[in-house]
Amino acid sequence: MAEATNVNRAAVSTPAENPMKRLLRATELDTRLLGMIGAMLIIWIGFDIFTGGLFLTPRNLWNLSVQTASVAVMATGMVLVIVTRNIDLSVGSILGFVGMIMGVLQAEILPQILGFEHPLIWVIALAAGLLLGAAIGALHGSIIAFLNVPSFIVTLGGLLVWRGATWFVTSGRTVAPMDATFRLMGGGTNGSIGATWSWIVGLLACAAIVAIILNSRRQRYRFGFPLRPVWAEVFLSGVGCAIVLVAVWVVNSYPWPINIARNYAEANGIAWPEGGLFIAHGIAVPVLVALAVGIVMTFISTRLRFGRYVFAIGGNPEAAELAGIKTRWVTVKIFALMGALCAIAAAISTARLNAATNAQGELDELYTIAAAVIGGTSLAGGTGTIAGAMLGALVMQSLQSGMVLLGIDTPFQRIVVGIVLVVAVWLDTIYRGRSR
Amino acid sequence: MSDKHTPLVEMRNISISFGGIHAVDNASVDLHAGEVVALLGHNGAGKSTLIKILSGAYRRDAGEILINGQAADINNPRDAKQYGIETIYQTLAVADNVDAAANLYLGRELRTPWGTLDDVAMEAKAREVMGRLNPNFRRFKEPVKALSGGQRQSVAIARAILFDARILIMDEPTAALGPQETAQVGELITQLKREGIGIFLISHDIHDVFDLADRVFVMKNGKVVGHARTEDVTKDEVLGMIILGKVPPGAVPGPGAMQEA
Repeated sequence: MAEATNVNRAAVSTPAENPMKRLLRATELDTRLLGMIGAMLIIWIGFDIFTGGLFLTPRNLWNLSVQTASVAVMATGMVLVIVTRNIDLSVGSILGFVGMIMGVLQAEILPQILGFEHPLIWVIALAAGLLLGAAIGALHGSIIAFLNVPSFIVTLGGLLVWRGATWFVTSGRTVAPMDATFRLMGGGTNGSIGATWSWIVGLLACAAIVAIILNSRRQRYRFGFPLRPVWAEVFLSGVGCAIVLVAVWVVNSYPWPINIARNYAEANGIAWPEGGLFIAHGIAVPVLVALAVGIVMTFISTRLRFGRYVFAIGGNPEAAELAGIKTRWVTVKIFALMGALCAIAAAISTARLNAATNAQGELDELYTIAAAVIGGTSLAGGTGTIAGAMLGALVMQSLQSGMVLLGIDTPFQRIVVGIVLVVAVWLDTIYRGRSR
Repeated sequence: MSDKHTPLVEMRNISISFGGIHAVDNASVDLHAGEVVALLGHNGAGKSTLIKILSGAYRRDAGEILINGQAADINNPRDAKQYGIETIYQTLAVADNVDAAANLYLGRELRTPWGTLDDVAMEAKAREVMGRLNPNFRRFKEPVKALSGGQRQSVAIARAILFDARILIMDEPTAALGPQETAQVGELITQLKREGIGIFLISHDIHDVFDLADRVFVMKNGKVVGHARTEDVTKDEVLGMIILGKVPPGAVPGPGAMQEA
């Protein structure tokens, strides 16, 4: 709603110029990102119509957010990998192996030492997983950087090695259950922060959006750079806050299942009301984790020297080397970071499943790469954004969830996802060709 | 005059080969402070390779490098920069997808006390340096790939002088430029020379550099044909050195000089 009224206002104030063009120019928004959001909305609305209103429900959107989290986390790292003209085919297998190790640690080894459900179990398991993931990534990166083996081959080897290793840990046995605190990372009824905290997070996000826009305006003013018109700043803040608040409202509209709510009411001595007790889920913990990862990775890629080097190497590896950048070390660090992100994704997916299996994360490498590429990361290197990749992950997951709701068979789902990937990249090629 | 002092740079008996081909064979060159030395020769004569050894891009097989008379250990571009050696490459080694300020400080970024990139300070300094070099330059926010050849060259030169270089290496500095920009580079070289910087100019076209240089070294087939002060030889004589390896009376012959039959 807010968007429509603002667009109209822009149109009224300048009858001469195309209002959409004027809006885009004044707000300096990335048209590519907007195109992706538009495509996603079309997918959402399309599925909603075909499923008879099943898609755009708080329940489905909440599930969608949780299902996206794991791949979205890995996609942020894949952006840096692809930007430097590398590829990582091993992320799904690393996820499986690290998840299995974390599972065995918390379900079989640590309880014997610390006792069942000891509060430190999840901390140790997660820390061990992060270290292991980073170590595996660093190993891959070192082979790529110092032994000059192409990343495609190293990580193709990694795909086989770590998948095999996953099986080897327990001889193929599934490990369950996970530690209760660890399970919160997977979402679910308990793994969500509830209505009040969701609103607090939402309001903080709104404050941050406004603060960032104000700060950027102050910086531009201080150094005499051209400013955006005030109406454009207000529009951006308004749309940003509206999106955040609508998202919070949606996740707060999804109540706990009736049996869980009833048990909760009984346990806390609350009288069961006539129309049922409405307890909202709120934002799921894995979604918060993914958002935090997105923010941190954006910070790393745009504000830190490391991120600057990643993009410089992607643009011209020779120039970066001649400028004195230790390009090999940067490669090692990128893959180590990718490994650590796989560990976070592994924590989310094992916690969600409440088990570690030897098939966990299979094909995730392809979804992760697809998410990054659909999100605007160029395989030629040098360009890509974290936000785009996360949005790409959401688009992929939307397609899959929608097809599940429509009752489309798994083989056909894969056919559709594959075709969509190719078409999306083709459209992107056309877009880039035009903007040049 | 130049022979009385210790040279700023002396490369002695440098050799390097790639897969059995002697790209540079027993070559010796020297450069004094405030002097412009042109390194001439055909494409493939070994001049770029020789100079890439000085800038740390290649590692020599034999020979030694002296900076101010002291043996210098140069194994990579970072080592070279420590000795105050800055290089502007023929291929304009700039990172295409980041902006001018990011390129100027690539590898030596300014950072805030929190360890984040201080883009504002870098851009302010970039505007100052670029203002001195190329006052018409305005496109600070765009990736370098959107710039013209001359603008990219300004960025590359600005990067080299930003960090108080003592030794500047320019590989075909005017190859990508129009006449006006070439004249600008010429003025810049004169100015840097007055500041006491030693400059190596590398070119395959004698007309580009003859008037700017104090001395010329000519290379052919990886060997130094000879060197001369530009006031002692004519352009035609130097051309004879480049094409035939024939050393005129005003020049000092090197190991690559044509042997009189």
